[in-house]
Amino acid sequence: MRALVRNRVVRRVAGTVGTLFGVAVFVFVMLRAIPGNQITANLGTEAAALTPAQQQALERYYGLDQPLVTQFFSWLGNMFTGNFGYSARAQQSVLDLTLQSLPVTFELAVFSIVLALLIGVPLGMLAASRTNSVRDAAGQVVSLAGLSIPAFLLATTLLTVFAASFGFNPNGQGFVPFFADPLLNLQQMLLPSLVLGFGIAAPILRTTRTAVLEVRSNDFVRTARAKGVPERRLQVRHVLGNALVPIVTMTGLQFGYLLGGAVVVEQIFSVPGIGRQVLLGIQQKEYAVVQSTVLVIALAFVIVNLLTDVLYRIIDPRVRAS
Amino acid sequence: MTALLRRSPAGLAGVVILVVLAMVALLSFLGLLPYDPIAQNPPSRFLAPSGEHLFGTDQFGRDVFSRVAAGVGNSALIAVVAVAFSTLVGTLGGLVSGFYRGFADGAIGGVTNVLFAFPPLLLALSLASVLERNWFTVAVAIAIVYVPIFIRVTRGPVLSLREIEYVKAAVSTGQSRWQIMFRHVLPNITSIIVIQVALSLSWAVLTEASLSFLGLGTPPPAPSLGSMIFEARSLVFIAPWTLIAPGAVVVALVVGLNLLGDGLRDTLDPRNRGKR
Repeated sequence: MRALVRNRVVRRVAGTVGTLFGVAVFVFVMLRAIPGNQITANLGTEAAALTPAQQQALERYYGLDQPLVTQFFSWLGNMFTGNFGYSARAQQSVLDLTLQSLPVTFELAVFSIVLALLIGVPLGMLAASRTNSVRDAAGQVVSLAGLSIPAFLLATTLLTVFAASFGFNPNGQGFVPFFADPLLNLQQMLLPSLVLGFGIAAPILRTTRTAVLEVRSNDFVRTARAKGVPERRLQVRHVLGNALVPIVTMTGLQFGYLLGGAVVVEQIFSVPGIGRQVLLGIQQKEYAVVQSTVLVIALAFVIVNLLTDVLYRIIDPRVRAS
Repeated sequence: MTALLRRSPAGLAGVVILVVLAMVALLSFLGLLPYDPIAQNPPSRFLAPSGEHLFGTDQFGRDVFSRVAAGVGNSALIAVVAVAFSTLVGTLGGLVSGFYRGFADGAIGGVTNVLFAFPPLLLALSLASVLERNWFTVAVAIAIVYVPIFIRVTRGPVLSLREIEYVKAAVSTGQSRWQIMFRHVLPNITSIIVIQVALSLSWAVLTEASLSFLGLGTPPPAPSLGSMIFEARSLVFIAPWTLIAPGAVVVALVVGLNLLGDGLRDTLDPRNRGKR
């Protein structure tokens, strides 16, 4: 039995490694599809003025004289040793950039998820408490709004309204990391995580509603009620407790999406997260930055999904037992 | 469709919104807009909404209504082309994967896993940045992101359908695999695909708008709802209509598609039948 479980974990991990290799190939090929190379990206039209010798020297410098397969494996090998490339714009290595931006996005994602859970779970339970009632309709409206209002529209509107009406624009003065000034940092995180949290609250609300409705129709809920379990305890311990599995799965999935999907909100509020690092790389034509950063995001995304999987195995007694 | 209209008021509301927006978009495709959406006319900049300019004019004196109408047309075109592509490729992939199993399943599953390893917006963004920029490549970028979802949505039901008696009966009568796939399996998963199409369209519209907001969509001066909102950020206090008009329209478009998708799910999804 134990061997079987271990085997399943081993297979899951092996599959993940295979997928990540595929991701690396995909990212590499995708960026090679861009016309031109690092030399033309750096020099622009001036690249045409290079002498053949200069051209050759530069190709050698960037490793462009090597076959593509060699280029790919040397990039991948370098990633393993922590050499992610260098950003001329930031005058920093991509590893350093990533080590600064990944925690920022992580912090933003955590706040957004917490807000989304605070909005989505209670509203979902409320909506499920009486189907087709006013509160159910209210829940539907909130989730429809969350699904339909683009983050960039909400972010732009909030930023303008708060800055103009209340003079509140903590993001206007350059980003401050949490450990430098926690209070200012939290203010800077407030609006971006509200925007993202509102959007994510919608799927969480819907999942909660469906899951609660499904659990409530089970016999054990009737039994619990019949033996006199207080209503509040019944709702939280018996119903919500059992509805947690889909909610956790949805939360994990959304958390993963935020790692790269927060890019629009990061850009609007000037939050130097990892999504913005990709966007800047694209805008500056720094493909080394884009290539390595996208791979890091995919890695983080896959790890989050793996952890979600593990987490729901821990939460769900049925999966735990088998 | 008639069942949808009878049984789901929300779905009906979605259809109404979409029909209105489709008519507006049609004006743009037929060249019947009141003004040229691109032509600049500096003397009439920042005019407030009036009978002459329904949604006012922007910083170049362009008619905002005409631009919004053309923007809806562009968004709809990109979303429809993208989702059509991913529906075709994804459904075919899911069918083959679920029906043939074996090597095809493994290969398609591998590609699906790789594409699923990216946060969707990031993948669309990276693809859009790589391809030469025009409306079609934006559609392709969005389509690639959505192919694996269609594969996964079809593969599951196909796996269970192939074990059902009438499919086995068809096998025993000597029909070819492709015949069985298209005549006996595909018709039984159409409702699942239709629901996914409606929901994917709403996501495609949002993605297209986000991409053009970030400057990675259809290049200017072609009117796009996302880039109109981007330009309007600094004009909010001079001419709020430049933000409100495209903003309201993009929300209405996505709301309409989501309502339609929810309505279809309530009426078509066998799991929901008899509930509610």
